[in-house]
Amino acid sequence: MTKTTYSRRRVLKTSAVAGTGLMLPTYLRAQESGFTNAPQGDTVTIGFNVPQTGPYAEEGLDELRAQELAVEHLNGGGDGGMLNTFSQKNLDGTGIMGKRVEFVTGDTQTKSDVARASAQSMIQKDGCIMINGGSSSGVAVAVQGLCQEAGVIFMAGLTHSNDTTGKDRKANGFRHFFNGYMSGAALAPVLQNAYGSDRRAYHLTADYTWGWTQQESIAAATEALGWETVQDVRTPVGAGDFSSYIAPVLNSGADVLVLNHYGGDMVNSLTQAVQFGLKDKQVNGKNFEIIVPLYSELMAKGAGSNIEGVFGSMNWNWQLQDEGTQAFVRSFGEKYGFPPSNAAHTCYVQTLLYADAVTRAGSFNPCAVVEALEDFEFDGMGNGPTLYRGADHQCFKDVLVMRGVAGSGNANMVGYDTLELVEQTPRAQVEYEPDHPMFAGGSLGECNPGA
Amino acid sequence: MLGLTSRDFTLFAIVCALTLLAPIILNPFPTGSALGASFNAGYPALMQRFAIFGILVVGFNILFGLTGYLSFGHAAFLGVGSYAAVWMFKLLSYNIVPAIVLSIIVAGLFSVVIGYVSLRRSGIYFSILTLAFAQMCYALAYSVFTPLTNGETGLQVYTSDPQVLMSPGDPVVPHLFGLQMNTAEVVRVGPWTWTFEVGYYLCAIMLIAAFYLSIRIFRSPFGMMLRAIKSNQTRMNYTGLNSRPYTLAAFIISGMYAGLAGGLLAAMDPLTGAERMYWTASGEIVVMAILGGVGTLIGPVVGSGIIKYLENIVSKINENILHQWFAALPDGLENVLIGVVHPFVGEGWHLTLGLLFMVVVIFLPGGLVEGGQRVGAMFSRKSRNASGVEADAAAQNPNTPAE
Amino acid sequence: MDAIILQILNGLDKGSAYALIALGLTLIFGTLGVVNFAHGALFMIGAFCAVTMQRLLTLSHVVVDESQTDFLGNPLAVNVPYVNSIFGEELGQALINWSVPLSVLLVIPVMLLVGWAIERGLIKHFYKRPHADQILVTFGLAIVLQEIIRAMYGANPIQSPAPPLFSGSVDLGTYLGFQANAIVYPIWRLVYFFFSAIIIAAVFAFLQFTTFGMVVRAGMADRETVGMLGIDIDKRFTFMFGLAAVVAGMAGAMYAPILSPNYHMGMDFLVLSFVVVVVGGMGSLPGAVAAGFLLGILQGFASMNEVKAVLPGIDQIVIYLVAIIILLTRPRGLMGRRGVMED
Repeated sequence: MTKTTYSRRRVLKTSAVAGTGLMLPTYLRAQESGFTNAPQGDTVTIGFNVPQTGPYAEEGLDELRAQELAVEHLNGGGDGGMLNTFSQKNLDGTGIMGKRVEFVTGDTQTKSDVARASAQSMIQKDGCIMINGGSSSGVAVAVQGLCQEAGVIFMAGLTHSNDTTGKDRKANGFRHFFNGYMSGAALAPVLQNAYGSDRRAYHLTADYTWGWTQQESIAAATEALGWETVQDVRTPVGAGDFSSYIAPVLNSGADVLVLNHYGGDMVNSLTQAVQFGLKDKQVNGKNFEIIVPLYSELMAKGAGSNIEGVFGSMNWNWQLQDEGTQAFVRSFGEKYGFPPSNAAHTCYVQTLLYADAVTRAGSFNPCAVVEALEDFEFDGMGNGPTLYRGADHQCFKDVLVMRGVAGSGNANMVGYDTLELVEQTPRAQVEYEPDHPMFAGGSLGECNPGA
Repeated sequence: MLGLTSRDFTLFAIVCALTLLAPIILNPFPTGSALGASFNAGYPALMQRFAIFGILVVGFNILFGLTGYLSFGHAAFLGVGSYAAVWMFKLLSYNIVPAIVLSIIVAGLFSVVIGYVSLRRSGIYFSILTLAFAQMCYALAYSVFTPLTNGETGLQVYTSDPQVLMSPGDPVVPHLFGLQMNTAEVVRVGPWTWTFEVGYYLCAIMLIAAFYLSIRIFRSPFGMMLRAIKSNQTRMNYTGLNSRPYTLAAFIISGMYAGLAGGLLAAMDPLTGAERMYWTASGEIVVMAILGGVGTLIGPVVGSGIIKYLENIVSKINENILHQWFAALPDGLENVLIGVVHPFVGEGWHLTLGLLFMVVVIFLPGGLVEGGQRVGAMFSRKSRNASGVEADAAAQNPNTPAE
Repeated sequence: MDAIILQILNGLDKGSAYALIALGLTLIFGTLGVVNFAHGALFMIGAFCAVTMQRLLTLSHVVVDESQTDFLGNPLAVNVPYVNSIFGEELGQALINWSVPLSVLLVIPVMLLVGWAIERGLIKHFYKRPHADQILVTFGLAIVLQEIIRAMYGANPIQSPAPPLFSGSVDLGTYLGFQANAIVYPIWRLVYFFFSAIIIAAVFAFLQFTTFGMVVRAGMADRETVGMLGIDIDKRFTFMFGLAAVVAGMAGAMYAPILSPNYHMGMDFLVLSFVVVVVGGMGSLPGAVAAGFLLGILQGFASMNEVKAVLPGIDQIVIYLVAIIILLTRPRGLMGRRGVMED
């Protein structure tokens, strides 16, 4: 029987192959065009792979809003947003190289497995030429690896682990967002001013790549100030109740709590830390302080009044006054009724940067795009002059240090005004060598066009 | 033929035809058409999952369908199988043979231990024991065993890994003695596009083999013994027969099936994470088996196919697509229809799944296979005889072991 | 010593939630003989009652303030809750702040209704079916309930703070003769513990001292005889299902300030509470309560850094470990009656 099916399959295959000669291709195979999913016809499809459920869902949904806005602007809709302020003027609202931009969306559920399945379906079924998104470093690293194998470009969304452009860097992957090292470098001087150089820090760390590298970065930066790291406790992602981890903090001799948590976890752990009275205690004769190294507007909103006085860092904030920021905030705000988060900003910018790189390269071929993005200098995207470094595909730009304040409770602020800008740390202060020990151990490899 | 009765052989032939022709059958709509963009499922990554989860549930069915022991921790074997396979990639090379062999062995060892302990109890206590073991595996993979599992980040292969059997020039993707899993032949016929991928066909052949083995087990004296345990274990014990070796053997076989599925999953995509072992993943296996029809031969394949289709295809139908579908209708009606349909598609696919599952448990204890037979019986005079292939197995379904 | 007291407090706190859910599960199992996998979902619905109460109280109308501008330069829109307009600023704000305790008023009718609907509409048809079928259909129901909540409230945790009076912490150590800061504990968690103690006592008192409770207990012991005495035991059992749902719902609503409600919190608690029921002994109410607190405290101890240093990862698995040991050595659980679900 097996023999019969085998020959049947062969018959079928031969007849099908014979038939192909007569058929019109709808899009070209990698072997024919030189790269995966070469767009044919007058449209090009990109994939937005973001968490729509799970602990980072709110960031993901905001990213999706910004991505849709970016597509609208690329296709000539709306007011054009940052297309008008971007230092490159190649994008004129006619899509990418004259092809109208279409997009498909997927839900990563903040799980590596699901995210890869979703990205695979985008590449294999929908013919996507670029994947953008990810709101967790574990997911971003997993999807970046997949895109490298499949031969499409991955424009990372919100991923803050050093590993994304360090140990796990890939030639086909690019990150606009900042990372744990930069957070440490930007926060340290501000912390020294505010809390002095004799402090004892207790870390609670989300137990995955992002948590580990951020903890390492913050510990290194604060120890350089003279702080002591009392203990680092790893907590499972999505633990919900952190009380058993928080209860011992006050009695450990520490006077600072660093929460290396993000999204829903951070909302829970910060709320519970405040419930345990950490913010109004005195230890070692000093006021007990809490630090959340990576902030987002959505977390601030979720944590409510608990974030007052808590320091953290951000990639970008809607309150910046430069031209690019104002243009983006205006078009986002008019479309959705509230300001964009920094997760939204980074995905919006990544989509435009990709479109621009394709236009400059004159080709959708991933290797041409990689070449166009490497060591690319640009401005007008809200972060000041920015460099896409060729050695590790990491963007270098100013980093913002923020502090929580009481919000105004206005209807269309949706809690986004509970963070104030403390300092805009200049780019030079957060730069590092591509082979810095925290980033060593990886190599970009060769760009892969999939053929 | 092949040691099967003619009825079983027909069923086997149907499964063979369906799996081997899946790239064509699953792409019924022309590529590029609106229906094709929404409903075509014939792309390699999804077809691989159809086959792999088919294997997993066929194996689960040998335990639950025959003995009635409801394991709520089966995903653990899938998970350890995947970890074992990825470790083989890291240590030896990207050749999938050692990876899959080891994943079956490791899952087998785990099921010996877990099965030996859990099978001391039956009924709901057995379910909770397996659940507890699986949750322990999950929690440990997440915390203490991070050096082995890479925690939440997921275990993956790095260029710096030893890979001692790897020589320069070897493929850097999983391969079978040089035949890369992601090699694919794209065939276009008219407006249709079909992708024939090596990886999928490997999974398909494994599924066919697994299915064949499961038919043989169902029809063997061993299978009969397991059914006897399901219908009345106490009576079996009174006849002086020790039933535990039989249930343990069924447990181990089904664990090894899960290990094979886990190994294949890693062979198709060399990355794995602990979430594969979470108890809701085990719950999903149970749902697949029930949905298709527990104790029937083809049910598991049907059930896993339906759920993977919902998860990957229905979950991607978003509001924009709905607007396109109903665009021809008047505005008011369009919005009403979208309002009705939207909660059940896209991110709401779980709701569809939950409702479907409840309907099956309440009205069709034999699963969709039984439903199909009832519909078939309505149209056919010779109902009982024609649908006999599955009816005997399905009819016994409501019986679980004595508690 | 102070660390141990802290973890005991943590354990009592977690244990309260486990005990309340397990109590309801056991009530349902003891009266109706049904294994209810949807019980975690009832806990979750209770928590969302707290969210709903908060939403109801903060229902607002928008007042445009021409004197200020928003981030786009348009006149500023300010939300003013209706309760503020009706009761005045002070009382209105107080009502909003107290929304979590107030939500108990919402929980009771909602959960009674939900429980009644589930029992009459679904569970009733499963009395005669095997336990596996009951597990499966209620598991399906749990998925459906959780998805309905997700469709209504979204996928994200929604913060629902405790009233300001209870939102701080208290330094218990100073009352016990420890130095300051040794045992600092959030007030709301203590409130939660006392609240659950009262609920548990109330349920036991209800079963012990009322005629209704007496009949129910008799029915649990021997349903048929009670039926033959001409008592409509089914109706009472339906009410017990509703009562179990209310207990789970109240446990969820009051837990909202501790853990911001999200749609899958029920599933997270479900597995643990099942383990609790099994450890306590299927069908034993005191067993469920005792096991709830016991496992909560054990989990608290296991999360101590000192313990984790010796046995890494023990905090994640201790509950399952205990369950496995109990099931293998004493399957009827700590306080289960001989012969109930024993094999």
